[in-house]
Amino acid sequence: MTGSTRSFGSAQDKLTTGGSTELTRAAEMAAILATDCGSTTTKAILIEKVGGEYRQTFRGEAPTTVEAPVEDVTRGVLNAIQEVEELSGRKILDGEKILTPAEGRHGVDLYVSTSSAGGGLQMMVAGVVMAMTAESAQRCALGAGAIVMDVLASNDGRAAHEKIERIRHLRPDMILLSGGTDGGTISHVVEMAEYIRAADPKPRLGGGYMLPIIFAGNKDARGQIQEILGDRTALVIADNIRPVLERENLSPARHMIHELFLEHVMAQAPGYGTLIGWTGAPIMPTPAAVGLIMEKAARQQGLNLLGVDIGGATTDVFSVVDGQFTRTVSANLGMSYSVSNVLAEAGLEQIQRWLPVLLDEQDVRNRIKNKMIRPTTIPQTQEDLALEQAVAREALRLALDQHKMLAVGLKGVQQERTISDAFEQHKGGKSLIDLYRIDLIIGSGGILSHAPRRVQAMLMLIDAYQPLGLTRLAVDSIFMMPHLGVLSQVNDRAATEVFLKDCLIPLGSCLAAEGTGKPGEPCFAYTIRFADGQHEKGALRFGELRRIEWSPEAEAELHAEPSRGFNLGAGDGRAVTVKATGGAVGLILDARGRPLRLPDEPSERAAQLRAWAKAVDLYPE
Amino acid sequence: MRRAKCERFNPAPRTPHPAHLAMAHSYTPGLRVTPRTVVRKRRILPIPGQVLVNEGQAVTAATVIAQADLPGKVHTVNVVNLLGIVPDEIRRYMLKREGDSVRAGEPLAENRPFIKWLKTRVPAPITGTVESVSEVTGQVFLREPAKPLALSAYLDGLVVETFPGQGASVETPCSLVQGIFGIGGEAAGTIAVGVANPEEALVPERMTDAHRHTILVGGSFIDREGLARAQQVGVSAIVVGGIRDLDLKALIGRDLGVAITGTEQVGLTLIITEGFGRITMARRTFDLLTSMVGKRASCSGATQIRAGVIRPEVIIPLTPPPFPPPRRGEGEGGGAESGVRGAKGVETQALGGGLKVGDQIRIIREPYFGRICRVAALPADLQVLPTESKARVLEAEFEDGQRALVPRANVELLEL
Repeated sequence: MTGSTRSFGSAQDKLTTGGSTELTRAAEMAAILATDCGSTTTKAILIEKVGGEYRQTFRGEAPTTVEAPVEDVTRGVLNAIQEVEELSGRKILDGEKILTPAEGRHGVDLYVSTSSAGGGLQMMVAGVVMAMTAESAQRCALGAGAIVMDVLASNDGRAAHEKIERIRHLRPDMILLSGGTDGGTISHVVEMAEYIRAADPKPRLGGGYMLPIIFAGNKDARGQIQEILGDRTALVIADNIRPVLERENLSPARHMIHELFLEHVMAQAPGYGTLIGWTGAPIMPTPAAVGLIMEKAARQQGLNLLGVDIGGATTDVFSVVDGQFTRTVSANLGMSYSVSNVLAEAGLEQIQRWLPVLLDEQDVRNRIKNKMIRPTTIPQTQEDLALEQAVAREALRLALDQHKMLAVGLKGVQQERTISDAFEQHKGGKSLIDLYRIDLIIGSGGILSHAPRRVQAMLMLIDAYQPLGLTRLAVDSIFMMPHLGVLSQVNDRAATEVFLKDCLIPLGSCLAAEGTGKPGEPCFAYTIRFADGQHEKGALRFGELRRIEWSPEAEAELHAEPSRGFNLGAGDGRAVTVKATGGAVGLILDARGRPLRLPDEPSERAAQLRAWAKAVDLYPE
Repeated sequence: MRRAKCERFNPAPRTPHPAHLAMAHSYTPGLRVTPRTVVRKRRILPIPGQVLVNEGQAVTAATVIAQADLPGKVHTVNVVNLLGIVPDEIRRYMLKREGDSVRAGEPLAENRPFIKWLKTRVPAPITGTVESVSEVTGQVFLREPAKPLALSAYLDGLVVETFPGQGASVETPCSLVQGIFGIGGEAAGTIAVGVANPEEALVPERMTDAHRHTILVGGSFIDREGLARAQQVGVSAIVVGGIRDLDLKALIGRDLGVAITGTEQVGLTLIITEGFGRITMARRTFDLLTSMVGKRASCSGATQIRAGVIRPEVIIPLTPPPFPPPRRGEGEGGGAESGVRGAKGVETQALGGGLKVGDQIRIIREPYFGRICRVAALPADLQVLPTESKARVLEAEFEDGQRALVPRANVELLEL
């Protein structure tokens, strides 16, 4: 099967061929059911039209049943749906069949689902030059919602036999092979194909099917690639992801990944054959759906946004900057299964620096390991909560660092450089993540969404990301972004309305100054003018943190004048006037400086953290 | 609506969503500690091979039940660069063809210059076979000979099912102890005890040459000196209540990131039954293991704490079997049925059910971490914890009669 224009499978056909009928149906939908089959929990949400607008009304969850002894994902889905039925009083199931369409309190008009069960979509990617086609292939796979197990390239520093051994030992769900610009040399990409053939890799889920490989490289090499891999793998050809050096073309290969995910990976997973038959749109990998809704929201509102989903095993970071979407996944940074890896990667001191109460090394290490081996436990003491939130700060920080490495402009492209560029040393493309230009940060995942106080979630995000200038922050209420992402393929309006009204909980805004000074020196003065005419003035000294409670509905004009040596977004010492919104927390004025430096001496540092905590009412007295 | 300085923040009330309640019921399934059960292990080769046993055959842990040939490593030789020719000419210069055997040093290809002493030969870097010759890149792929892989039975028991070309299931009536975490692969040995009670730490002085090849049971703890002594003595496996993370780091030479273990090569298998830190081994675990001194056992440190949980285990076959093994496909009530994949992975059936008043439990999180107690009450309503989170809790009663509220997520049912 070759060619780059294959359409999606049957579920996608419903979308692409239905045309106006589908749109009409979308407009008439009164009840929509969506599930996300996660690795441990299957979450179902019900969306209903309430007073002319779509709202998320009920939800249910049940353990995912992909693994033994049940080995059928539909069991968990049915259990989660049953819970929704019980809570909502809407009859959704007739035995094991989803009732459609909706009639009164019976049935739903649409059922959609995402999945990350069984480890999600795991891919290996290969290119010719690490910083060019291999990196594009990595961005493509990540954007499609995959975990990238390894990136191979001709110049990755490994000898040929090491590459072959690596390919042989990894058991990916599929491989994306890229390399070469159209019309360029073919020998290097053919060489990579030969390595893959020699390794004879087997698909992760085993069985009698051949490993899917997508070739999305130099179009002139297609014949040779077909010859080398055609008889041993399920080879498909997509348009080159880097047809010319100056341009990436990730979409066709990304669609192909989704198609193969459905046809090969999902079809092998227990029960998915049945589940695919129930859905009204293709099942998407969970992170791909989250990326889709974030991308749509950013585009609709003209925002640059940064999103993070910190889970038990992995942390996903999404960014949409000037319309360019990038997703990365840090496969081993998380709050339960991977909590110990945060310690291993960040180092003990980096975690201890966030603790307002001193804990010794043995204690911190043992507590973190005990969380790893018993991942479902929850903090019962303030001390334990502070430790988890300290680990979360580091996981968030590390995941953003990894994201910044990949959210870059294209490398290998000649660009005009100005004198100021010459002073900035970039190994490759320039990072797209300029924190002054990020309008909104969205946090998701239990540690953020379920923090006992919303200000704890806000401060975790501020400490980890250290936003600059004015930035809005929000958290995902119950992690329904996957559901809304997959729904947006079919009913954009419903997805957007629920995203804005029920999914996001605005935390508020943060105004932070870049620069450093001596404690007590003036940092910036501010005036807030509310729509009702009231105003409030104040000034912060370097090292201070202040919180102003401010409801989500209230918008105000914020005028701030930084002292010399500090920047609030308009330049050193220049005043800014911005529109700011409130939220569950309000406005955080952050004069702690950027980069944020904490005292080196442990007891002094802990005292400083306690002072900041008191200033924003972070913990109970 | 707004204040320059907060007095008291009242978090937005979170509706106690019924779905929250449903999840709050969950708690870590109890680890199996049982004197009598039937364990069945599905032993499968990583690649197709030959099965060497038959259904009904008695095997020991060391019996090879299946074997396969693992394909050899592939090596590449860039012949065209070495000979200074172009790729599409390569076959004219090859002395060996696809499928031919070669010995290390034997010429693979050579050029044919006009002057003989300018001749260049390309020797084979390994002994193996020529897998392929590329006319596009000019590379020659050589494959090392296949390596035999032997899959052992792991348990003393009976073959109850064979899977042609793949492996077999081995079953044994046994005592079973599951740990919470381990490192190192499968091991076998006789059970020995190095402490007088479960509170005591296993110290170097208690380990002697008599403990060589044993599965040595400690009490609450072993430190790095103890582990070094165990390695020196040649202990097959250590089973203790707890270990410090810093000592684990010293043992394996790195900070363990993700809890997927079983492949460590540290000279012994380590199984901890309670957690990290110094924690008294649960009395019933200790009593069961110490009642088995001198008996042969199999154990594995392999742990995987994600979907498809694998816990370390000690399996002590009962000899003679006290009851006939169940028929194929039929497990003993509540008995563990396990599988082994690639000779390493173990699937353990999740256990559990609802907690009841009177159940014996272990608390698995601060501030009562490691304490064993009984369920005194199961309040239905969500309770506010000191962290201000709302959670389903239980009232725990300790041995001294003291009571405390503990989140249900932070206890483990001790099952027999």
